[in-house]
Amino acid sequence: MAKDSYTHFANTGFGRRITKALGLPQPAKLRRYSPSGPLIEGPVVLLGATEASDLIAEHLLGWDLDVRRHVGPKEKVAAVVAVFDSAHTPAELSETVLELGGLLKQLKPSARVITVFRNPAHTEDPAARAARKGIEGLTRSLAHEMRAGGTANGLILHEDLATAAPSVAGALRFLLSGRSAFVSGQFITVDSVNGALPEDWTAPLSGQVAVVTGAARGIGAAIARTLYRDGAQVILVDIPPAGEQLAAVANEVAGTALQVDITEDEAGQKILTHAEQHYGRLDIVVHNAGITRDKLLANMDPGRWNSVIAVNIESQLRMNRAFLDSELFSRTEGTVGPRIVSLASTSGIAGNRGQTNYAASKAGVIGMVSAASAQLAARHGTINAVAPGFIETEMTAKMPVATREVARRLNSLSQGGRPEDVAETIAYLVSPAAAGTSGLTLRVCGQNLVGA
Amino acid sequence: MAEKVRDAVIIGGNRIPFARAHSAYAKSSNQDMLTSALNGLVARYGLQGQQLGAVAAGAVLKHSKNFNLARESVLGTPLDPKTPAYDVQMACATGTEAIGSLANKIRLGQIDSAIGGGVDSISDAPIVVTDELRGILMEANRARSLGARLKALAKIRPGHLAPQAPGTGEPRTGLSMGEHMAITAHQWGITRREQDELAVASHRNLAAAYEEGFFDDLVTPFKGLTKDNNMRGDSTVEKLAKLSPVFGKDLGEEATLTAANSTPLTDGASAVLLGTEEWADEHDLPKLANFVDYEQGAVDFVGGAEGLLMAPAYAAARLLKRNNLSFADFEYFEIHEAFASTVLAQIKAWESEEFCRGKLGLDAPLGSIDRSKLNVTGSSLAAGHPFAATGGRIVATLAKLLHGKPGKLGFISVCAAGGQGITAIIEGR
Repeated sequence: MAKDSYTHFANTGFGRRITKALGLPQPAKLRRYSPSGPLIEGPVVLLGATEASDLIAEHLLGWDLDVRRHVGPKEKVAAVVAVFDSAHTPAELSETVLELGGLLKQLKPSARVITVFRNPAHTEDPAARAARKGIEGLTRSLAHEMRAGGTANGLILHEDLATAAPSVAGALRFLLSGRSAFVSGQFITVDSVNGALPEDWTAPLSGQVAVVTGAARGIGAAIARTLYRDGAQVILVDIPPAGEQLAAVANEVAGTALQVDITEDEAGQKILTHAEQHYGRLDIVVHNAGITRDKLLANMDPGRWNSVIAVNIESQLRMNRAFLDSELFSRTEGTVGPRIVSLASTSGIAGNRGQTNYAASKAGVIGMVSAASAQLAARHGTINAVAPGFIETEMTAKMPVATREVARRLNSLSQGGRPEDVAETIAYLVSPAAAGTSGLTLRVCGQNLVGA
Repeated sequence: MAEKVRDAVIIGGNRIPFARAHSAYAKSSNQDMLTSALNGLVARYGLQGQQLGAVAAGAVLKHSKNFNLARESVLGTPLDPKTPAYDVQMACATGTEAIGSLANKIRLGQIDSAIGGGVDSISDAPIVVTDELRGILMEANRARSLGARLKALAKIRPGHLAPQAPGTGEPRTGLSMGEHMAITAHQWGITRREQDELAVASHRNLAAAYEEGFFDDLVTPFKGLTKDNNMRGDSTVEKLAKLSPVFGKDLGEEATLTAANSTPLTDGASAVLLGTEEWADEHDLPKLANFVDYEQGAVDFVGGAEGLLMAPAYAAARLLKRNNLSFADFEYFEIHEAFASTVLAQIKAWESEEFCRGKLGLDAPLGSIDRSKLNVTGSSLAAGHPFAATGGRIVATLAKLLHGKPGKLGFISVCAAGGQGITAIIEGR
């Protein structure tokens, strides 16, 4: 990982003065999750007095948070949850929005703003849909305005879903916590009452078995470590030549290493056989393995195009068929079934020069998860994608210094994310408390300016 | 006391790719390599934090500072440090002996789980000073005054300073292993072509096995090496025919042992996980095969009564008799290719009425070995032969070949320096 000296400098007393005086980006040290640390420290202000917000208050109070309807003018605020489910016209947004605006200068570093509203697609009333889309717009813009590591995200609820649903709690908790440090300007949709809250929030994956592909290094290794920390037993998959690093990560997380090339026809079956032999179950699949073979399309050769498509998307489609055909991957506990998360990329959303093959494969992932969610729903399962933006990895460390420096700053948090940030989002999406969220592509990009 | 003999189950194995001496592992120690092989095994089977019954391993070329090589390696893995470990040494049969004796302990009820293996490094071989210099240094060490110490040290002569690397020469004959084998090969009339054909088959079989992913769950890369770097999948008998003999120079035109039909000096390590049925089940581990039985042998090679590497021919006869088996009962044969001619001489001996009656005391020849069942995924000529690591390579490979074929048998033969050898039987499950 390349060292981000600028962020380090900008966080010294002298660096802060200089960068401010020169109008340079001021990347903050982000608040990140630790199982032993608090969920969030300081008052959480809940705006919008409706039944939905009362139920949300119950979630927050259950976590021993300092929940307020109002705060004093000098008081520092850790988070604002603005509930808009009573807004039926754009005009009706103003009261809550302006109340929210009045609190922004009181926000602590790494603060959170969460807007909660009903899914715009679920109303045919033009005024209501305009209001709901309006909240999306204001949330995205606010994310750009947030300072000192703060983020703003939205929680989009199904039309008829009560906010008491476990997955509403799961999403709120994720967005409030340090797990979502590098997630900003994004929306989490909750569509169903499926889900369960963990007995122990520090081990939400306790008893579950997960497979992570491409686990030998970088983001994949971080995913394996994070799932293990959250209580899962992990099967680590990578190509045989990566075996030495794979074994090292497996030994670190008390997992099992499985050397297999995911483009093999039998890869899915090999993973199932391994899971059956060693654990007798398989609950979570994380398709992380991926490659880049960048070239302008005019110069693209079959090798580069085909290998990227084969590894990044075709292998996932084939493995998913094997998983969905198996008994092992159909275990359901209550309303929580098997879960799949795939790695997409912001390149797959916004496109990127030199990456037609990569973007095709990653946009393909986004298409796959939206289409496959119906297949998973039949067994209370979910499938989602996570699209990382600029993440500090061995891969991005190889970028030219200037390009890397620009890429790092081109987001609302003015810094690159860490592999752990991607891993935390995945750990959330595969947790029982996210079983109501499926078919989604969630960006972990610090609100990358590219392709917003 | 244990009431009955239990099955010793081979659960799986792991090795690092074998590397020709002074190549990929030139800067790795025996302990580095053995630790890596163990770490890969622990990762494959999720053994982190587990206390095993025993770990036995060894190295043929071993410095005295590595007196606790196996134990020190275990301490470098995530295995529970309460796992006992000890070193074994029986020349090239070290790994097989370590595994066989652990299997016996399991069968007897002394332990429920074990790892057996071995490692060798030519690149990191201990360099020894001459006996003369060692004598002087010890004398200086014993001296009680500075004067006496200087007097002792004054005896050092330039000639004493030449380092002595360990060789593969037999201490009692002064002949290298290759020279010994050249004599045996000549006595048995083994042709150059037969040897070259066996070498080519070894390379092709190994390459094909890699190609089909056979080693995906047997090998874990080390130091950037992902496959055995001695392997030449494209070798042909015609290419090998061009090489000049390197052993048996006294035989002139009749010398047949070349660099290609003899194993190269190699660095590498291997480890095999064993356990009882119950232990494997409790830990959700696969059961590939049973380690059924093994037999050591030794021959009188010093006076020339028998070839240096012919001991397995004798051990085989006793092992088959004890288990009421004949060669026709076996699905696979793994005969360690110290030299192509080692394999061919053993096979010829077992086919020979004269040898089987005269030397083995049998009524008839032991019989021939179907070549299509021999070293089907390659052997030492292609993979290389890090002495103590070869046993683990063979046992894990054969166990995997027999997995899913319950009751089918595999035969192992490993020759060793000092006129020794081991044969063993594995049964698929």
